[in-house]
This record gives sequence, structure tokens and C-alpha cells, in this order.
Amino acid sequence: MIAVGNREQIFLKQSLEKSKDLAHRQKMNHALKQSDDAFEKGKGQFSDLELARDWANAIKRDAIMQLDTYLCEFERKFTSRGGKVIWAQTADQAVEAVKAICSRHRAKTVVKSKSMVSEEIRLNQALKDGGVEVVETDLGEYIQQLADEAPYHIVAPSLHKSKEEVAQLFVDKLGTEPELRPDQLTQVARKVLRKKFREAEVGITGVNFLLADIGGMVLTENEGNGRLTTGFPKVHIALTGIEKILPSVHQLSLFLPLLATHASGQHITVYNAILTGPRKADEADGPEEMYIILLDNGRTNILADPTARESLYCIRCGACLNVCPVYKNIGGHTYDTTYSGPIGSVITPHLNGLKDNKHLSYASSLCGSCTEVCPVRIPLHNLLLYNRQQSVAAGYNSGMEKVMFLTWKKMMLNRKLMNAGSGDVKNWVFKVFVSKIWGKDRELPMFPKKNFSQQWKARRQQK
Amino acid sequence: MVSILEGLGCEVCYNPEQTCCGQPAFNAGFRNDCRAVAEKFIGDFNAADPIVAPSGSCTGFVRNYYGQLFQEEGPGDGEILPIQKQVYEFSEFLVDVLGVTNVGAALHAKATYHDACGALRECGIKDAPRKLLQKVLGLELVEAADCEVCCGFGGTFAVKFEPISTSMAEQKVVNAMKLGAEYIISTDSSCLMQLDAYIRKHKCNIKVMHIADVLASRKGRH
Repeated sequence: MIAVGNREQIFLKQSLEKSKDLAHRQKMNHALKQSDDAFEKGKGQFSDLELARDWANAIKRDAIMQLDTYLCEFERKFTSRGGKVIWAQTADQAVEAVKAICSRHRAKTVVKSKSMVSEEIRLNQALKDGGVEVVETDLGEYIQQLADEAPYHIVAPSLHKSKEEVAQLFVDKLGTEPELRPDQLTQVARKVLRKKFREAEVGITGVNFLLADIGGMVLTENEGNGRLTTGFPKVHIALTGIEKILPSVHQLSLFLPLLATHASGQHITVYNAILTGPRKADEADGPEEMYIILLDNGRTNILADPTARESLYCIRCGACLNVCPVYKNIGGHTYDTTYSGPIGSVITPHLNGLKDNKHLSYASSLCGSCTEVCPVRIPLHNLLLYNRQQSVAAGYNSGMEKVMFLTWKKMMLNRKLMNAGSGDVKNWVFKVFVSKIWGKDRELPMFPKKNFSQQWKARRQQK
Repeated sequence: MVSILEGLGCEVCYNPEQTCCGQPAFNAGFRNDCRAVAEKFIGDFNAADPIVAPSGSCTGFVRNYYGQLFQEEGPGDGEILPIQKQVYEFSEFLVDVLGVTNVGAALHAKATYHDACGALRECGIKDAPRKLLQKVLGLELVEAADCEVCCGFGGTFAVKFEPISTSMAEQKVVNAMKLGAEYIISTDSSCLMQLDAYIRKHKCNIKVMHIADVLASRKGRH
């Protein structure tokens, strides 16, 4: 997905296109209004949401501060029941591990339930290149796969598609009757996918939480596809970033409702499974082998930075995307990153390099809506600011910007310089230097004839 | 703002040498440039009096960021400086400190209030401006569903990402007009400057007005 050329220029071009695309704006406003309404209703289940967020923040802080201890505890417990843990430092190592398991089991078909980590490591393409058919079974992901597109949103992958567009996609790709309703489309997908669940040798899922104390993983989903993916095939591989750890199973009573409400406004997600290993001798179903791949892929860079570290608290609920006016206007693909929206703009520079991704941290009006909503209290807009400071400190900003702020500083340190030139002169300066970047859709701001300082002096003299 | 404060019995002092709190540079990542200007700011207000600003954004910056600005880089808010507790946004000062909601203003118009991000999310100001505006004679206040959504200004964001910024302004203006509002009122000139820039270019039938101007209004129609 990394496009050729300057990522910032591509971002600017795409954001221009999308923010002027009124059909896109309407679909995004509609979809995100629905999620906003659902959240407003759903959060009523917390008698004290602010306290719940404080509590969640404290638990995640503990989890991340002792990440090594908890991960090792998880591994010890999980492997004691026959599960296998694979530590992958890079995306390539994770992909190779999955490929090796698939080839050992001569897998022809792999079913997947939703996993953003699999997007991060570009797993589908790698398996496809190796001759394995990969089928997404989350309906939104399935739609995106049919359309040959990356997810548009970390929780709602096809949020940008209208029901009419999905119906047309099914006509084009599956040869269905035209103009099917959403419930009919779901039945079509269900029929296709049921067959794939039976055929698949390997099921791949993401992980919502790793549980250190019992050595298990939690999968939370609304469609039942996760249960089929983990229950039908002989082999289950779960992919997760190392930050998904919770110290204890008892903390799920907080985290499951918190995640559900912030992701979709639900009180609790429909299906919640705790998986603790492969099928035991006395159990009727479950996979014969179960693997959990713990992925670093740059996360320890974040862990090493005491300020950025807080971004590892993320539980991937997507609430910061839902409230972000920038995300709403430019959509998920414009970011050209696995994780879009505010959290994506915070972590991507640390995961994939600041130089090529610093523009993401600048592409925010710093309105703070993301910080206001985050269930684990990640100070998202402050971390965007932090990334900007890192970018300046590394010398990645343009010479022009540096000169601009140097000039600004000179003027701000000397009121006489700030007072120099009448309003008319300043208006002229703005016209010459700012009008181009200010764009065609706005008139330039007008300076008054006299600034406040000058008005104040005149006022005092009158008295 | 000065006339209202004086009308309420405050003695208003102003240091004509003062300039800026430093926020523009900080928000762009230029921490050191910001720090130099912020040092001057602290020196410009060396008395223990409350500092009142016609801006939630400047207030929020001084109140929430000065501590970390003057500590070595790292997480946390740093040690709290006296000036952080001295700054007030204008409407907040009137309502929460002076305990005043009726300043005797009159403006015969229909208006909507825009919650500036700095006022709302940095300072937690939601009710104070509304309490003041409700007491303005003749003013009909209508709430916009997107009253808490950003106007799209965001400092250098407005020029670095002009299309996104403009689209955000457009939606705020269009939604306010749908309500039949004649004015968009806010605590922050930067939001109003951004919205006004869109309004003037597109000759929209709506105006912007700073809350201080509304509260100073005595002659009915502005």
C-alpha cells in the first residue's frame, strides 16, 4: 500500500479530492452520525464513565509499564495447555511464521476474521502469492475484499459504502440479482462464507485482549464469524500486537463494555470468546493446533519513549476516528496507513518513520475531540503535538517554516516590530504572501487600521 | 471587553508591550521559539491580578501547557506555574469569578453559539457563554447540532491543509444558516476569522460576532 512518491504530496492531493467530494461527505456524515448517536445512547450504561476511563487508563498503564512480565506470564500459561506462542519482531517474521504453518498443513484455503494486524503485515497478499486462497469472513471486510480495497475504518471497514454500492458490488463480483436489500446481501455472503468455513484448513483471527493471568485471548465480535474461524478449521492462528495485554481476566468486566460502547454504542458485543489453547482430549470441538503471534513491528520504539508510550494503551475501538472532523472529511484511505484517524496519525510516525509520516501529525486542527472521547484516556492531540516537536527537532520541517517562526519570534519579542506598519500595510503583506496558501474558498482576514495596543494608548490619552 | 469589565467595576490594566502567549509556534512543533515568547509573556504580567483574555485558545494554552513547556522534555504536565492559575477566558471570568450573567446588553437577532475547541475542550467552558447570551435582550439563541465541532482553523493547519480546513468551515456556516441564524457567536476570534473568511468569499447571509462585542452591544441591531 505504500505509494510511490512523496507521501505528503499524495496525502494533500487525496485530501483535496475527498474533502470536496460531496457524495463522500454525505455518506461519511450519515455513517458517523449513526455511530455518534449509538455512542451517546450506549454510554448511559456507565454510571460514571469518567471514572471507568480513569480505571481503564490505570490498568493499561500498569500493563504497558510491565509489558515484559505480563507477556511472559501469558506465554507460560498459554503454552502450558499446548498453545504455541511465536514472537515476531518484524512484519516479515510474522508473515513467514504464518506461511510456514499454512504450508505444514498444506492449506489451500484460509478463513479470516477481522484483524488489523494482518493488514499491518500485508498478510493476505503474501498468502495469495503463495497460492493460498484467503477469505475475509467479517461482512465489512468481505465487502472490502470483493472491492479489492483496504479497510476504511479500523472497526467498520466498509463504512464509506452505501447499501446501493454494496448491492452493485455483489452484482459485479458475485453475479447476484441487482438491487438486493442489506438483509438479502447478508444472506448471500453467509452462503458463500459457510462453504469456505468448511473447506478452510486454517483460521486466522485478530485478538482484542491478551490475558496474562490465565494465558488466554479474547475475541469480541458481532457476526459469529470469529467463532466459526476459530472453531471449524484444524488450525487457529491469532495475530496480535504486543500492546493488547491485560493483566487479568477480571478486568474484562470493565474492558468489554468499554470497548463495545466506544466501538459501536453497544452495551456489550454479541459474541465474546475467551480462547485458552487448542482442543483438549475431552473436548468436542476446537482447533487441533493454536498459535498466537506476538508482533512488535516498531511497538517497542514507542515503548521506549516515555511520552509516546501512552499510545500503546489503545484498544482499537475506533472512537477517535468517529469524532475526528479530519477523518470525516478525508476518509480512511487518504491516510494511506494501516491505522487511520487520530490514533493512526499518532503511531504511524513511530512505526513507519517520522520523516515520511510527519504530515499526518500536522493534519489535525488539534480540536481535541479524540482526546475527549478516548476510553483509555490517551492524550491523542497532545501526542500529535509531541510528534510535531520531534519532527522540528529532527530538522524535517521546511526551511521556509523555520524562517517563518524565526521571524514570528522576533516580532513577538519586540512589540515595536509588531506595531510597525499600518493595518493597510499588513493587509498588503498578507495578500502577497498568504493569499495563495489561504486558498480560493476564503477571503483573507483583514487587519484593523489600529491594533488593540494602539487603540488602548489612544483611549488612555483621551481620559 | 474593556468597557464591560470597567462597567462591572473592574480596574483594567493593559501592558502595551505584551505580544503573544506563544501558542502558534508550540502547535507547529517549534517548542524553543515558543518558549522564548512565553518567557516574555510571563514577564509582561508580573502582578498577581487575574489575566482575562478574549480567547479560550490562549487561555487554554497558558493554563494547560506552560508547565510542560518549561520543564525538560518528557511526559506529564510539569510543575504548575502561578500564571497558569491566573488566566481566565472572558466569559468564564464574568460568570465564574465575578458571578455576573446579565451585563445589560441588547441585540435583536437570532444567533447560534460556536463552542471554540480551546474554550470547550482545553478550558471546559460550556455554560458560561450561554448563560451570558441568554441574558442579552432580544437575542434568540439556537443550538446547532454541530456546535462542538471544530471550525477548521487550527493555526498552520488552515494553510497546510487548506481544503480540509475550508470544508470544515463550510459545513459550520451552512449548518448555522440552516438554523436561520443571523450571527455565529464565539469566544475566539481565530474561529470567527476562519468562518468569516468563508462567509465573505461565498457572500453568505450570516455574520460572525465575538461574544465581547455581543455583550457590549446596546443598540439592538448590531
